[in-house]
Amino acid sequence: MDREQVCLLKEIMEVSFVLDETSLYLDTHPNDERALRLHNNYAQKYSEIVSLYEAKYGPLQNHNMSQYPWAYINGPWPWEFDYRLC
Amino acid sequence: MWIYEKKLQYPVKVDTCNPTLAAMLLEQFGGADGELSAGIRYLTQRWTMPTDRAKGLLTDIGTEELAHWEIIGTLAWKLVKDASEEEIKGTPFEAHYVNHGKSPFPHNAAGAPWTANYIQSKGDPIADLHEDMAAEQKARATYEYLIQISDDPGVIDTLRFLRQREIVHFQRFGEALMIVQEDLDSRKFY
Ligand SMILES: [Fe+2]
Repeated sequence: MDREQVCLLKEIMEVSFVLDETSLYLDTHPNDERALRLHNNYAQKYSEIVSLYEAKYGPLQNHNMSQYPWAYINGPWPWEFDYRLC
Repeated sequence: MWIYEKKLQYPVKVDTCNPTLAAMLLEQFGGADGELSAGIRYLTQRWTMPTDRAKGLLTDIGTEELAHWEIIGTLAWKLVKDASEEEIKGTPFEAHYVNHGKSPFPHNAAGAPWTANYIQSKGDPIADLHEDMAAEQKARATYEYLIQISDDPGVIDTLRFLRQREIVHFQRFGEALMIVQEDLDSRKFY
């Protein structure tokens, strides 16, 4: 397993978790401008880091673009990663 | 619709091979107060929710619960994937093994299969949001029992994360309840 891939995926997971948290909060506080700014900042960061990951390791979602051959299916799948490597 | 994203919500680390612990964790995979119940409950309740804020919240928490379900399945899998038949024999996982091998399955720790009887969707937003708040507390309590009986540091770390999420969800559902209550009250007056 590629240690670099584990590190990059964990970074994505971290940024993504911020978005999980901000979106739940915004669902019940849609007028909180500060929280919304935080959410938008991380949404931007998220799309940047995902593009970086996908260029190297293939699509995270099956709707995204892939190099040839179709790389979406490439392991490791999320439950197969050894997250201790990073 | 849903789109799968090839990642877990939390980096699941497992340090030991432990079929007994895997069997106990299945309580949150297919038990009454587990993640499958949570996800199906919240996603089912959306159709009769009266306010947009609560619709959004049920959608997002329901979706997150399915990600938690995936985390529990991953914990259980990692705890048994390297187990030999000798290591499985005599453990509470043995009964699971003779039916499902090493695949997780949505039944509880005692082997009772998941059933929709575990959840409710009442078509009444006040009743539903109260059910949801209770469900989050019951899930939190289950996680605390599981943390008490776990001896794998990686598993404990992940269970702590999941326990914390139940507390956040409880908080958000409480806010949604107030929002829905205000909405219903204002409709009565005007
Ligand atoms: Fe929850």
